[in-house]
Amino acid sequence: MPVIVREKAEKPFVPKPDDDLLVCRCEEVTKGDIREAVHAGLRTFGEVKRYSRVGMGLCQGQTCQRLVRHIIASELGIAIDGVGRVKGRAPMEPVIMKELALSRRDSKGVDDYAE
Amino acid sequence: MPNSRLGKRSADVIVIGGGVMGCASAYRLSAEGLSVIVLERDEICAGASGRNAGGVRQSARDVRELPLAIYAVKNIWPTLGEELGVDTEYVQKGNLRLGRTEAHLEKLRMSVTENTEAGLDLLMVTGTEAREICPYMSEEVIGASWCPTDGYANPLLTTFGYYRRALDNKAIFITGITVTGLGKAGGALRKVYTDDGVFEADRVVLCAGYHSRAIANTVGIDIPVEREDEEVFVTEQLPPMFDQVLGTADADFYGHRTKHGSFLLGGVSGLQHFTSNHDGHPADAYTAPSLSRAIIGFFPVFADVKIIRSWSGHFDACADGVPVISNVEEVPGLTIACAFTGHGFGISPAVSLAIKELVTVGESRAIDVSELRYDRFRAKQ
Ligand SMILES: Cc1cc2nc3c(=O)[nH]c(=O)nc-3n(C[C@H](O)[C@H](O)[C@H](O)COP(=O)(O)OP(=O)(O)OC[C@H]3O[C@@H](n4cnc5c(N)ncnc54)[C@H](O)[C@@H]3O)c2cc1C
Repeated sequence: MPVIVREKAEKPFVPKPDDDLLVCRCEEVTKGDIREAVHAGLRTFGEVKRYSRVGMGLCQGQTCQRLVRHIIASELGIAIDGVGRVKGRAPMEPVIMKELALSRRDSKGVDDYAE
Repeated sequence: MPNSRLGKRSADVIVIGGGVMGCASAYRLSAEGLSVIVLERDEICAGASGRNAGGVRQSARDVRELPLAIYAVKNIWPTLGEELGVDTEYVQKGNLRLGRTEAHLEKLRMSVTENTEAGLDLLMVTGTEAREICPYMSEEVIGASWCPTDGYANPLLTTFGYYRRALDNKAIFITGITVTGLGKAGGALRKVYTDDGVFEADRVVLCAGYHSRAIANTVGIDIPVEREDEEVFVTEQLPPMFDQVLGTADADFYGHRTKHGSFLLGGVSGLQHFTSNHDGHPADAYTAPSLSRAIIGFFPVFADVKIIRSWSGHFDACADGVPVISNVEEVPGLTIACAFTGHGFGISPAVSLAIKELVTVGESRAIDVSELRYDRFRAKQ
């Protein structure tokens, strides 16, 4: 992460006509939500994610990640690299809890689990 | 090389760490008209504050830190969202701590007695009564402690709420900068060394999680705190089932349903000290399966529920299990707030009040933190 100095934004938030554009379909986050988060002082993809839930849903940002980074970067007027990335979280696909419960109980590896 | 882009390098107070403790302290101190600079190594809310389960719990706390929890629940949490201008998602629908064996019940009774004597309202209930409060649990539950005033909140929105308000009060936050040490001038703390040059302040608040130890060491103070790992996972969105926060006598798992509709469920496998890769925030192979078995054991209804995401976080485990919230006599100007041992979020609004008073008037007046001093640690013999 580069060094970032944060101070209160001097200019008020200015809405734009395409703010209603749905960017993260899983969590229903719009372009305006992301722009507002940046205006509120959030400066990285990680922060915008934790604040707005963008990328926290079923696809974990696989669909919208590029677009979100682009919106944050253009809102801040910086190169896209300065926005950072977020990591996908395990399990990459949803897993049913009883399936997970079947694996790994001891150092020998897989164990059986009776329902 | 010092970076001139950083601008101002001195303030009345420098806060080290941009988690909930750092953001809340910056908010309260800047509200007093003090100039504040927060120095954070990573991003805002990227440590334990961005990874915890959001429990706002008084029950089963050590009586030394219980005053902070009771104060926060009584006086701050109910109106904090309004104060910060965010939805903290605070819900106060109680905490059930479950037992399946007589030994569990014994443990629960002991903590209920201790907590009651310290002024908290909670009680033991039978398995049947527990199922009346929360009908989804297994028949194996034979008793529980029940604290109706416990609850949960959203740690992300709370931390960012404090951050935004601190910015409003003209606090400056610098992220991506690592504090490497502290330095005195004329017998008092004055300098904060970083990987990007030196900062100066009359007062320093150190709340950098388990890293606080290494930083305090540079002025000869040692806090017996070390890193512990814990994991959380998130289920798919589910219909409203129950709003209580759950825990168990043996800490098999904990969790609750969030406003979003997913359940947040957390815990450890018991092997994490030996199996976790201590580099970064990896999930450990044993934990999710172990947690799943624990959850299904107490709540069979979760067997077919999908897990969407999981993550690990680390916290600052203290030798005696309660935090250090204290000024340091040998280093005038230094206030330490660390060693929260995995349950600092719920008390953070009260901790920040204590920090504000420690910094501005030299002692915590509203809340008794006298048992949480930095110099309380003694060898056994
Ligand atoms: C999985 C998990 C579940 C939890 N569940 C709960 C719960 O349900 N209820 C509850 O009350 N608590 C819970 N906790 C504990 C809670 O998250 C912490 O007690 C709380 O967030 C502590 O806040 P903090 O600001 O002290 O720490 P952090 O949020 O960790 O902040 C410390 C900050 O200091 C920064 N830092 C470190 N070193 C340096 C340096 N050298 N220079 C500059 N900055 C530095 C770090 O990057 C970090 O951002 C849980 C913790 C975990 C990990």
